[in-house]
Amino acid sequence: MKAVVLGGTKGMGRALARCIAERGDEICLLGRDEAELEKQARDLEVRGAGGPVAIESCDLRDPASFGPALDRAHAALEGFDTVIVTAGVMGGDQPSLEVDDEAVEDLLRVNFSNTIQFCEEARRRLLAAGGGNLCVFSSVAGDRARKPVILYGATKAGLSYYLEGLDHKFRSRGLRVTTVKPGFVKTGMTAGLSPPPFAGEPRPVAERVLRAIDRGRPVVYAPSIWRFIMLVIRMLPRAVMRRIGF
Amino acid sequence: MSRIMGWGRYPSVEADERFPEDLEAGTADAVLSRGLGRSYGDASLPSSEGQTVSNSAFADRVLGFDPESGVLRAEAGFTLFDLNRIFPPQGWATPVSPGTQFVTLGGMVASDVHGKNHHVKGCFGEHVRALRMRVADGRILEVSETSEPDLFRATLGGMGLTGHILEVEVQLEEIPSPWIWGESEQVRDLDELLSTLRVSSAEWPFTMSWVDSMKRGGRMGRGIVSRGRWAEAHEAPVEPPRPKRAPSVPFDLPGWLLGSWSIALFNTFWFHKHGRKTKRGIVHPWDFTYPLDAIGSWNRIYGRRGFAQYQCVLPVEGDPSTVRRFFEVMTKSGGASFLTVVKDCGAEGKGMLSFPRPGISIALDLPMHGDRTQAVTDALNEIVIAAGGRIYLTKDALTRLEDFRRMEPRLDAWNAVRRKWDPQGAIRSAMSVRLFGDES
Repeated sequence: MKAVVLGGTKGMGRALARCIAERGDEICLLGRDEAELEKQARDLEVRGAGGPVAIESCDLRDPASFGPALDRAHAALEGFDTVIVTAGVMGGDQPSLEVDDEAVEDLLRVNFSNTIQFCEEARRRLLAAGGGNLCVFSSVAGDRARKPVILYGATKAGLSYYLEGLDHKFRSRGLRVTTVKPGFVKTGMTAGLSPPPFAGEPRPVAERVLRAIDRGRPVVYAPSIWRFIMLVIRMLPRAVMRRIGF
Repeated sequence: MSRIMGWGRYPSVEADERFPEDLEAGTADAVLSRGLGRSYGDASLPSSEGQTVSNSAFADRVLGFDPESGVLRAEAGFTLFDLNRIFPPQGWATPVSPGTQFVTLGGMVASDVHGKNHHVKGCFGEHVRALRMRVADGRILEVSETSEPDLFRATLGGMGLTGHILEVEVQLEEIPSPWIWGESEQVRDLDELLSTLRVSSAEWPFTMSWVDSMKRGGRMGRGIVSRGRWAEAHEAPVEPPRPKRAPSVPFDLPGWLLGSWSIALFNTFWFHKHGRKTKRGIVHPWDFTYPLDAIGSWNRIYGRRGFAQYQCVLPVEGDPSTVRRFFEVMTKSGGASFLTVVKDCGAEGKGMLSFPRPGISIALDLPMHGDRTQAVTDALNEIVIAAGGRIYLTKDALTRLEDFRRMEPRLDAWNAVRRKWDPQGAIRSAMSVRLFGDES
């Protein structure tokens, strides 16, 4: 595997990049903080990455950086067959977003339109090379609208639909799209929130995601129990959803 | 807020536990740093409810490794578990390992851990080249034998009370293979136990023993002595050992399950299971070094009330009478230990407050029974004080301040260094309130 990872310095992206490195695959990290990228690259090299880990500057808030970053990654790895996007923002909790238009705009732009623009750039390059894997982190929050995550959930719902569409249209041309729907995973991003039941650890979740990429699975819930939890939540009547707080 | 506790699950404190990926920023307003919470008592707990504690678990990157010299530098949350997966197949291993690999480098420094090879390699701190620390006034310092050496030595075994450990640089040990050549044999009494340990330590780098601590009289001290060394390349399997998956205890077992009768039964079974014959051969390094890691969350077998660990070192070169008295007092005062480990320690290291000193180290697990367990601890501490020994702070939950002062003549010197770097005692823990006289 030759993988390009956007968001590989933190949280789930870090855990997933480590799993890829430990089996000797080649990696290029995309991100905006060069010092962090450097540190992460050294870590992945010691953990067994195949060859030096390349780093390239790319900011999910700046769509103009997407194409050039992927081109530089292509040059550094002499081609790539896998693009992984774990970057995204929480944007704050729902009540604070409801009174902060700027934060809402940032959340919608980063998690939805910019992520999709990045995926479009990646899709074109993967298809031009004859296919490959595009793995993007969405969320279980996009499966059903819920009071605490209305805006965040909306961005992830939109993203999941887009990714499903890519899978429908381009699988026959060799593009294998994997939508990751993590439940609550204990990472730096969720630190400070009290973990609900069935909260996952980054490493087992990352291992599960990598298996899904290898097998070309279109959707993966991680930890797996979230598939059943969300199945139940999706079936709850609207009257119930109006009453409950989660 | 979450309820946090040590591995013994007693005591517990409601705390604001944070998990920064950037320790430099994340420790700024924390009263204490902690790692995976594997110290047994209150060493990693804040001094009062609601305080902020920085957990290093997500700051776990390798920052550099030189495959020529074996020098490793990593963030404080880098775990021994990861170290053991990454480096032994490349010919390098930690020079010192405690009895679990679910610890962080930062925790290994703060406890100045020792292992089965203490008589040869000393504590972990002997191999630490440098630390990056945030001290109480907010400065970030590189600390070593040549840069702020007083702080360096006070931090090795300083229970995290001298500053937040951000990075650790350690010299790894070159190994001939990642496998262990191990031997084990039954010993029938205390005299045989101590003499076998002594003879084994003269020839083997790794030695320890499990003891059936429930036996009194002539069979007191019966147990199993284990010894080992890194296997030579020609002895070892070609493939490196595969990481093992461990089943976990899924829930708290009922508290009554581990009583004197069940512990005596288990000890008898374990002793006879080994058989009289000496066993020898190639052993998976995890089986040899971390037998308890084979069962995840094993602390749940003690139920919700938890347990207290007690570990002391008795300076008794070859003289079994103090060790005998120790076990007598333990069983007479109602203590029943399921996992009793005896090991001979080597010389003192450079850590100003580190645990080991020449003598016999005894580690016990005591199911928590409130006052009764406190009374056992007090009685055992009396023996330790009379013998000129000391306790291992990483294990302790119940020792009283006055007893600790009586057994720790090094305390004033260590306190002086701590106060120099933290005059207000801004960095403190539940343990420092209990044993060092800090205000909560």
